[in-house]
Amino acid sequence: MSTVITNLGLVINAMLLATPPLLFAGLGSCFSERSGVVNIGIEGMMTVGAFTGSVVALYTGNGWFAFLCAGIAGALVAVIHAIACITYGADQTISGTAINFLAPGLAIFICRAMFNNSSDTTPIDTSSKLPKLFEGVFPVGSFGYNVFCTYAAAYLCFILVAVAWFVFYKTRFGMRLRAVGEHPKACDTLGINVHGIRYICVILSGFLAGLGGAYITLATVNQFRPTLIVGQGFIAIAAVIFGKFTPQGTLKGCLIFGLCSGIKTLLSSNSNITVSPNLISMIPYIVTILALIFFVGKSSVPAASGKPYLKEK
Amino acid sequence: MGNEQKTAAVEMKGIVKKFGDFVANDHIDLTVQKGEVHAILGENGAGKSTLMNVLYGLYQPTEGEIFINGQKAVMDGPNKAIELGIGMVHQHFMLVQPFTVVENIVLGTEPTKGLTVDLKSAREKVIELSKRYNMAIDPDAKIEDISVGMQQRVEILKVLYRGADILILDEPTASLTPQEITELIETIGHLTKDGKSVILITHKLKEITSCADKCTIIRAGKYIDTVDVDKVNENELAAMMVGRDVSFTVEKPDKTPGDVVLDVKDLHGNDYRDIEILRGFNIQVRSGEIVGIAGVDGNGQTELVEILTGLKKATSGSVTIHGQDAYNVTPRRAFDLGITSIPADRQKYGLVLDFTIAENMILQNYEKAPFAKGAFLQKGAIDKHAKELIEKFDIRPRGSEQHAAGTLSGGNQQKVIIAREVTNDSDLLIAVNPTRGLDVGAIEFVHKYLVEQRNKGRAVLLVSFELDEIMSLSDRIEVIFEGKITGSVPGKDADEKTLGFMMAGGAQHE
Amino acid sequence: MNKEKKSLMQSIADGNVLYTLIAIVVGFIVGAILLAVIGISPAAAYGKLFSGALSKPKYIAWSVVYATPLILTGLSVAFSFKTGVFNIGAEGQFVVGSLAASVVGVCVSLPPVLHAIVCALAAMAAGGLWGAVVGLLKVKKGINEVLSYIMFNWIAYYLSNYMVNLPFLENEGNVEATKNIQSTASIVCPEWLTNLTGCAYTNWGIVLAVVVAVIIWVIINKTTLGYQLRAVGFNKNAAEYGGINSNAAFLKAMAISGALSGLGGMVQLCGMSYRISQFAGQEGYGFQGITVALIGSSNPIGCIFAGLFYGVMKYGGTKLTLINAPSEVIDIIMGVIVLFIAVSHVFKTLLTNRKGGKKK
Repeated sequence: MSTVITNLGLVINAMLLATPPLLFAGLGSCFSERSGVVNIGIEGMMTVGAFTGSVVALYTGNGWFAFLCAGIAGALVAVIHAIACITYGADQTISGTAINFLAPGLAIFICRAMFNNSSDTTPIDTSSKLPKLFEGVFPVGSFGYNVFCTYAAAYLCFILVAVAWFVFYKTRFGMRLRAVGEHPKACDTLGINVHGIRYICVILSGFLAGLGGAYITLATVNQFRPTLIVGQGFIAIAAVIFGKFTPQGTLKGCLIFGLCSGIKTLLSSNSNITVSPNLISMIPYIVTILALIFFVGKSSVPAASGKPYLKEK
Repeated sequence: MGNEQKTAAVEMKGIVKKFGDFVANDHIDLTVQKGEVHAILGENGAGKSTLMNVLYGLYQPTEGEIFINGQKAVMDGPNKAIELGIGMVHQHFMLVQPFTVVENIVLGTEPTKGLTVDLKSAREKVIELSKRYNMAIDPDAKIEDISVGMQQRVEILKVLYRGADILILDEPTASLTPQEITELIETIGHLTKDGKSVILITHKLKEITSCADKCTIIRAGKYIDTVDVDKVNENELAAMMVGRDVSFTVEKPDKTPGDVVLDVKDLHGNDYRDIEILRGFNIQVRSGEIVGIAGVDGNGQTELVEILTGLKKATSGSVTIHGQDAYNVTPRRAFDLGITSIPADRQKYGLVLDFTIAENMILQNYEKAPFAKGAFLQKGAIDKHAKELIEKFDIRPRGSEQHAAGTLSGGNQQKVIIAREVTNDSDLLIAVNPTRGLDVGAIEFVHKYLVEQRNKGRAVLLVSFELDEIMSLSDRIEVIFEGKITGSVPGKDADEKTLGFMMAGGAQHE
Repeated sequence: MNKEKKSLMQSIADGNVLYTLIAIVVGFIVGAILLAVIGISPAAAYGKLFSGALSKPKYIAWSVVYATPLILTGLSVAFSFKTGVFNIGAEGQFVVGSLAASVVGVCVSLPPVLHAIVCALAAMAAGGLWGAVVGLLKVKKGINEVLSYIMFNWIAYYLSNYMVNLPFLENEGNVEATKNIQSTASIVCPEWLTNLTGCAYTNWGIVLAVVVAVIIWVIINKTTLGYQLRAVGFNKNAAEYGGINSNAAFLKAMAISGALSGLGGMVQLCGMSYRISQFAGQEGYGFQGITVALIGSSNPIGCIFAGLFYGVMKYGGTKLTLINAPSEVIDIIMGVIVLFIAVSHVFKTLLTNRKGGKKK
């Protein structure tokens, strides 16, 4: 019995380790998508965030400050996407694809320039990482330790879900951002600044994606590597679709996909079980396709998603 | 009403609006008093909507002045209009589907309480407004779940919520049921009682006589007259709207129609919102005759043609061509059965604008000899075909078979379609507004060819919003109203007054 | 929305060479600025880039080898554009294509040439299937193809990593890669030719790619199929009015597009890599194909040149390490180019408006 609980604790622990990056990025994607701008550049923005976080932490030794800088870096990348898609009406998928070339390329480029042509940053000290909460409260290895003793930023991302929910459904801004993603022209006739709201949402999506990336370099591991962000951005997008473009749904999606990741981590450390981790890695994507087929109806997708809104003269 | 000495709510003086060379509004005057229902009457394309878009600040006038409550105003955008108390209810509703009624009404001017939107007080205010003007709404229902009539009330409340005193209603009854229309007219009454002015854009006479005080008539962009509605009757209004000048006479030999080609019985179909628009439509077209369907836009014509050509599915009824079943067939099958059409929207349906003219000429026949041999297109045959048609139908510029269709003028684009459809040599030719937006020369050309098809023994079904066109071409005129044929007149005996009256929902025999 | 879509696809389709050249110049300028910022002479870096890719026949041969799969994925994306579909799933189709080719190349024994042909067919079938499934989801369920393409990219990615470790494919040396394909499946040129070029992997792929580009050009411009697909891509309504089944056209286009990417995977496998290694990240052939299609103005012949350009950049980029310049500058330049082409239709309308052209 106790081994079951311990194992459960380990699974939850692994899940909690994998979920925050997805959740930060997923919430970001939620904002962008709901305002009507598809952002598949999330992956690239996460990479930039991951790199910025590790570098700032290395030089300042301040995890939280590094975390914030990572968000800002992600937001700056998002500005490019916003200008291209909102002001110039570029195809959002193509712009996102370009961002996914550009952003990781830039991160590794700067990395090589700073770290003697290495594509990895120098590892940071534990003291420079994001702090953990409840350390010393639970005995090491206990269920409580595995579940609760995790990084403060993980707690932060769960709080952010509630904040995002509040913004979406309770505030004036949230109401307008949802309206802008559905019927920009109606909003325009009512004097709502469609472009302004979309800019804010896209930039916010970059900020949150940057945080998600930095969580990996400042919590999960302790340095930046080019292969650190492999698909997390797209899993985040998948989680948003799975969650029908709502913050609370995104949380659900991220937890499930985080669980997949958690199980994978456990399996790779347990040589007795022969299920391929690669098959488990596929689950988020397959689940999302199935969700699209069976329960994410067309009506869940913001009606103006992917369509540039350019004013008529 | 009654306070005539008060300043007018709206005064538009000498409004001119040009789009390129096209004059949409040619020195139009409009004066709307407070508490007045002022109808603007005119046929499709007469310039009514342009005028209202100028008033609402969506277009800038080329010439002319606007005064709101006696103050000169420059309407540089909807925000300015809203600020001056003007509200517009667009023909196509501007509502956010997954939002509730209250959310839609307050969007853009949401009351807040701290950080949150105060939907509770908004809801109270909306309910109060709806009670005051006696407009039944369900404040918590989502737009996607409510009727078109209620959606319209939401649009009106949206405008009232912003404190509008002047309401522009653009074709407000276009998609309403008769009962909903009655309710709307009641609502308009409540509004004017409260001192609001209502500008009603319409081409339905009954609405005007049942609720308007004044009526300004516009024809072909020009101001015709402003009349007191209680001093005129529907016939007089119809005459002013349609005009007396029948501009085209077409040489048309007498011809006895032959066999029945198209037979449509009890056809029912829905519009794009899934609301029934064809309500038991019947028609027969024989070979060698032109049957014109006269009617105001939005009475089911578009859907009828889409169903006949296979672009849309009917809900029930029967369609046959020469006795063969043609009910709910694919576009390909409809074509093979002998139905061709000159579509209403030539740029959306008639042409692939990025294709060359030569390519457009074979749209239905690209897989057939001589244009294709096996899987390969035969460029020689395709170009030769195009060259011949360009010559024969006088499409300009000459030698343009390799030009993209989008580079041609509207008239020449239409000629490409006519050339193609006439050459397709089918049993039934459906022509929908075949001369819309064309100049006089092109119109004559199109008319000549339509008559020629009839003379050759084809059955021609002409759907047009231009009454002149219907009258000068048709052997028989069927009037469509609310998805049904409501009257039939031999082409020779038709006069515009009676037709105009029938099109506006009046009975055939008074 | 239809109008938007059309004007975009149209602008991609006939996006003219001038704007592409401007985009390329801007890309290089941005790259140069970044190089200068980190203290590397742009002239030296670009010099190394181009001399490293073009100054010797051997280098040119290598650039061509690098370019070949990209020409094919570029064709794949360009072909999808013609029907108004954005095949962002080329990446996944490429992966399953090389996977299928590797299974056939490793497990089936056939005489030379025939073996390679069967590999190619298997790869095209796999890639085509991968694209067609997304097409089915679009046509039958109305699911936005961009979303499902992205999901299928990652499913392919993990499928490949899974299969690489299966006993029948796995390399005995435990190097997390498949066995090498049998030599009969190789499309590398005979020794006298590779000796001549000096590049040991000079392969027939480029010939294949050029032939395929011409075939695709013919299909698009000279066949009834191409007519159908273009009609749907330009104006779906008019195509349907003309009796063309647009759903069938989407399926065909997406399957053929997938097959082309699959073939790209086969060429990469049988012409150069011989085996598939466990991926650590997406290899990017499909995404690079998007760039190729955009630079080539989605013209099949344009894709040949655009692919060669990318091949030069990619191979030349590997030489940048020799002067300690980060090779990622290539990704940055390419990203900037794509971004500029993406917004270029706006500049184009601005320009035509200023010339007094009519705008509807």
